[in-house]
Amino acid sequence: MNSTIWQTKGYIALAAAVSALGGCDQPPAPTNSVPLPVATTPPPKLSATGLWSDPSSRTLAADVLTYSPQYPLWTDGAAKQRWIALPAGTAIDARDIDVWQFPIGTRLWKEFAFDRPVETRFMLRTDAGWQYATYVWNQDGTDADLAPERGLPGVVPTRDGARHDIPGLVDCRLCHEGGRSPVLGFSALQLSPDRDPLAPHATPKSAGDVDLPALLARGLLAHVPERWQTSAPRIAARTPHERAAVGYLFGNCAGCHNADGPLQRLGLRFDHPLAASTAPALTTALDVASHFSRGDATHRLVTGDPEHSVIVRRLRATDPLTQMPPFGRHVADTAAVALFEHWLGSELPGLPVASTQTTQPRTH
Amino acid sequence: MNATRIVLPALTILAIAATVAFTQTPAATGTKDPIARGRYLVTAMGCNDCHTPWTMTAQGPAPDMTRMLSGHPADAKLPDPPAGSEAWPVSVNTTNTAWSGPWGISYTANLTPSKAHGLGAWTADEFLAALRTGRHQGRGRQILPPMPWPMISQLTDDDLRAVFAFLQSIPAIDNHVPEPTPPQGR
Repeated sequence: MNSTIWQTKGYIALAAAVSALGGCDQPPAPTNSVPLPVATTPPPKLSATGLWSDPSSRTLAADVLTYSPQYPLWTDGAAKQRWIALPAGTAIDARDIDVWQFPIGTRLWKEFAFDRPVETRFMLRTDAGWQYATYVWNQDGTDADLAPERGLPGVVPTRDGARHDIPGLVDCRLCHEGGRSPVLGFSALQLSPDRDPLAPHATPKSAGDVDLPALLARGLLAHVPERWQTSAPRIAARTPHERAAVGYLFGNCAGCHNADGPLQRLGLRFDHPLAASTAPALTTALDVASHFSRGDATHRLVTGDPEHSVIVRRLRATDPLTQMPPFGRHVADTAAVALFEHWLGSELPGLPVASTQTTQPRTH
Repeated sequence: MNATRIVLPALTILAIAATVAFTQTPAATGTKDPIARGRYLVTAMGCNDCHTPWTMTAQGPAPDMTRMLSGHPADAKLPDPPAGSEAWPVSVNTTNTAWSGPWGISYTANLTPSKAHGLGAWTADEFLAALRTGRHQGRGRQILPPMPWPMISQLTDDDLRAVFAFLQSIPAIDNHVPEPTPPQGR
């Protein structure tokens, strides 16, 4: 299977390379407005980014906090760890509860492991915008080196014959700059203490992880609307599986499919404003005709018929022309597919219209 | 060779596509009119070679300018493409708008300002993003062969915006180009 994927991608890359040869060895520098890597150069080693106070023992620096989003991104089963550090004396501006504004100097890290750490992605808020970098771990696990701007394909095997790709800078920006906030996994909904027990691949919150109440208690959130100081964000849904399915779309797809980014004209929304009375995913996807068709599937999500739901087919797909997300994975997320099959096929038929409730009282 | 199918190695056919004579006369260079500049670039870069369906004329095959830049015709009824081989991996149909290779089948896009099926709902920034990144709509799947986006990505912002301005100025044609299909068996 994956030899076919690589053959396919190889030909795409080959054609691109041949086309590029039509230019010259030193192509002219176009006045690029899209995409534009920030000018600041990231450190050459992960150990120089401030993640650890003692790199040899991987002791976290004092200002580094761990966190775990309740709706994680699927990356072929990679085990992940995440950290954030804010400059001393600063706080995140959360007056828009859905789009937090991070202070200059904010740093985030995300480690991807397949049996061993493989890469750690790094984001830094500078006065010129967000800087992105990826560090590739060395074989002995002592440190990680800055990856090339173009990324590195196929660095380690993952599962089912697939291999893991280190993203390039363009990939970073495509995923992180398609909506209102470049920070995707650190938000009120993702850090709600009312965690979704059916969310695929969510890791239990560890004792040291910060969530919404912990950030409030530490004074790291400013201008939080009063409602969200006492209520835990929660996806409005009619059933537990619907909640998890909408959450999965939020965690895996809302970076591009939202109300504000370049793809808004598709009218497909997986962002989830906490003030919304109904999940946009339900109103824009459920029994809505798709711009994309594959075979006899013509609607995005079909009540009672997951087999004819375009989104389910794209979640199942592993060919580069069909799969969603379009990059960042090579293996289908079978747990997510099973979730959608159960929700659409078994739960949805006969359900009442979507609930308008968006919160529930915090119980702890 | 079957007249309905031209089978050539991918690299050779890319070279041929780039050198096919084009019927439009390029506009004068040096103009500050972005539409004229865009027309010049579209003409010189050979966009019509693949995005305008070809038809047979008394002088041989040529782009059908009544369907200028409208992409692969939605009403084209094509048989399955040949399987291809290691030596001859790529085939293209007679309109020069459907390409089969190891990546599957790609159909050239409708570049006219049709709001439903072309670039009519696009912004210039989206157009730039697609051609800078090589990704469909600037952030989706990879743009497929034979589209030479790495070459076109070397244009300046002003030139890409001029190309977009020209494409927005041509007649809209509501031609719904099919989605590309993955290799058979996938």
